[in-house]
Amino acid sequence: METASLAIMFTLTLLGFWAATWVLSASQSESVIHLFLHPLVVGPFLVTIFLILLRIDYQQYRLANEPFFFLLDTAIVALAVPLYQQFYNFRIAVKPLLITLIFSAFFASISAAGCALMFGVDISSIASLAPKSVTTPIALRIAEKIGGDLSMTAGIVVLTGIIGAIFGPVLFNRLGIKDDRIKGFILGICAHGIGAAKALEISRKCGAFAILGLSATGILTALILPYIVLFAVK
Amino acid sequence: MLRGFIALLIFQGIGESIVYFGHLPIPGPVIGMMLLFLTLQARNQGTPASLESIAHLMIRYLYLFLIPACVGCFFLIKNNLEGWIIIIASVAISTFATMIIGALMMKYMLTRHQKKSREKS
Repeated sequence: METASLAIMFTLTLLGFWAATWVLSASQSESVIHLFLHPLVVGPFLVTIFLILLRIDYQQYRLANEPFFFLLDTAIVALAVPLYQQFYNFRIAVKPLLITLIFSAFFASISAAGCALMFGVDISSIASLAPKSVTTPIALRIAEKIGGDLSMTAGIVVLTGIIGAIFGPVLFNRLGIKDDRIKGFILGICAHGIGAAKALEISRKCGAFAILGLSATGILTALILPYIVLFAVK
Repeated sequence: MLRGFIALLIFQGIGESIVYFGHLPIPGPVIGMMLLFLTLQARNQGTPASLESIAHLMIRYLYLFLIPACVGCFFLIKNNLEGWIIIIASVAISTFATMIIGALMMKYMLTRHQKKSREKS
């Protein structure tokens, strides 16, 4: 019975993913609703409904899906490949790109934490907010290291990506930014993979800079944010 | 593809070991990713086909791997709705601010950079 329930809960995740990709392909790609029908919104939502109906609590479900958490770590290592393939783009303007990267990656983190602090949120939520612009698998590991909640971080990161991908192009229009390199790089830094998917719709070059931005932000934040938190706690 | 997968797992293992034995507060897989990147740079022969295909596969199915973590978030929202309104506000404000400042900064620096390189040539 034990293994049967494990198998069912594992399959539930696969079914949720399959249904979510189906919903995505069935919706119109031009509309804003399309972005809210992101596989990471629809899939988990469907799985949650089933879990509530079947009266399964989250801890049990998580245990059955432990293999996915492991593969998530392997996927982080796999990110080295797109970074390696897009790395030559850095050479067009090393200094401007590097300064933009460092400033934006930190500002994204610190401004979110600062806002939450002003609104009076508890410490664990702030730790979950800090890695919000980092690609989800890395953000989860950072949150774990600095005392955030894994599930909360997952939700916050996906939310950040969706907000960035919806409003990014609008903001660029208002600011009169026409350079695809800037659009891509900023989308990658601020809105990680979801922003990069949007950038790829704009142009190939925009997508390449987004991939560069998202992997560099992931590394930079993972290397430095835990030390800042350790310092701040002391 | 299998060889590529083994390579990824080896780098993941090395990264986790470095973090474990060095008592670092950094996520292990990130160290593994950096080491793989540096290895590829040092080899300087492009991406091996087996590594390229597994990396694409892993990234294509990234959303699948992330579903269990996001399910937990729906359980959290169900239990604490007010807390999430503050979080959504913080996320939106900070994302807008970062995008506006970052984009304007990069635009200014790129134009200056181009002017400089034009003066040189």
